[in-house]
Amino acid sequence: MSLYKEFSKGLVKDNPAFVQLLGMCPTLAVTTSVVNGIGMGLSSTAVLIGSNVVISLLRKLIPSKVRIPAFIVIIAGFVTLIDMALKAYFPDLSKALGIFIPLIVVNCIILARAEAFASKNSVAKSAADGLGMGLGFTLALIILASLREILGNGTFLGMSLFGEAFKPAIIMILPPGAFLGLGVILGTMNWFAQRKKRGEAK
Amino acid sequence: MIKELLLIFIGAMLVNNFVLSRFLGICPFLGVSKKVDVALGMGMATTFVMTISAIASWAIQFYILEPFGLSRFLQYVSFVLVIASLVQMIEMFIKKTSPNLHKSLGIFLPLITTNCAILGLALLAVNKGYNMIQSAVFGLGAGLGFTLAIVIMAGIREELEIADIPQGLRGAGITLLTAGILSIAFLGFSGLISM
Repeated sequence: MSLYKEFSKGLVKDNPAFVQLLGMCPTLAVTTSVVNGIGMGLSSTAVLIGSNVVISLLRKLIPSKVRIPAFIVIIAGFVTLIDMALKAYFPDLSKALGIFIPLIVVNCIILARAEAFASKNSVAKSAADGLGMGLGFTLALIILASLREILGNGTFLGMSLFGEAFKPAIIMILPPGAFLGLGVILGTMNWFAQRKKRGEAK
Repeated sequence: MIKELLLIFIGAMLVNNFVLSRFLGICPFLGVSKKVDVALGMGMATTFVMTISAIASWAIQFYILEPFGLSRFLQYVSFVLVIASLVQMIEMFIKKTSPNLHKSLGIFLPLITTNCAILGLALLAVNKGYNMIQSAVFGLGAGLGFTLAIVIMAGIREELEIADIPQGLRGAGITLLTAGILSIAFLGFSGLISM
């Protein structure tokens, strides 16, 4: 039961991208299409589970003074594995995500979970936490990427949605669209949260 | 030679601005852009570290990783560690030689280690096959571009403090929308150089 709690908190309540505002660089950069969003989300999830499990296993061995460099080396090791796997099995995706795969190393989500959770909790809990946070991140990427791909390209997962007559708003797949899209999503989420709070207060 | 360096410089600073078109270094851009003078300090510290780490990572890549054929396995690990220790060393050096500079940059230096723009810069410079001088110019341009973006952003946010913003958009929402409009402005530079 408590494992499920650790898993589910990352999906909505503590969503790393939309609520904690962690990992903004990949969130904004790779969401030009839904496929890229899913690829980035799942790669980060894999790194997150791996690093959480290893750090949790080693939590009593790593002296607290050198823990940050130790965490970074563990994370960088997993990122190298994922990078090589993507290059071998999904070369197109690897090319599209480009530099943002190696940059998972300095993604604040991974280090934040290592520091705040995995270095204090058991292996099973850390794995559940990593899976939940990773899938929450993937979910956020899919939402933002759908918004941008549908408005900016008129497609979803590469399938045309509106036919020939639709004129896509290209700005949404250019860099400004990422900022505008995420700003609107956060604004809408806050607006709903505040409306709910006001409703409860009445 | 000079023309090529100038192209790299302008390209990194304006056309492919690290924050507004490459999405590198978004965390400090959103987090440390509330006051203009603080933003300027962060920008200067980042520029400094970027230039030096671009040279350092170039040296690691061409004198250690490539001769021993290690770059595929150890590139990320070694770059991250080099940058982190470099930042530590720079901090100690500045503290010793120029206490005034340390006072103004000091608190930002540790934050820079986790700035993805630094690692991104090192990897981009290696991917593009730049030599030492080109890497240094690339780092300087990218750093100044970051400074420009974060200072402009801080100037706008100081004004936004007194603006009447819809309740839901306060905080992160309006900051991101502002960044979006800034990013549109920087798109105007894209015709400047045909890369």
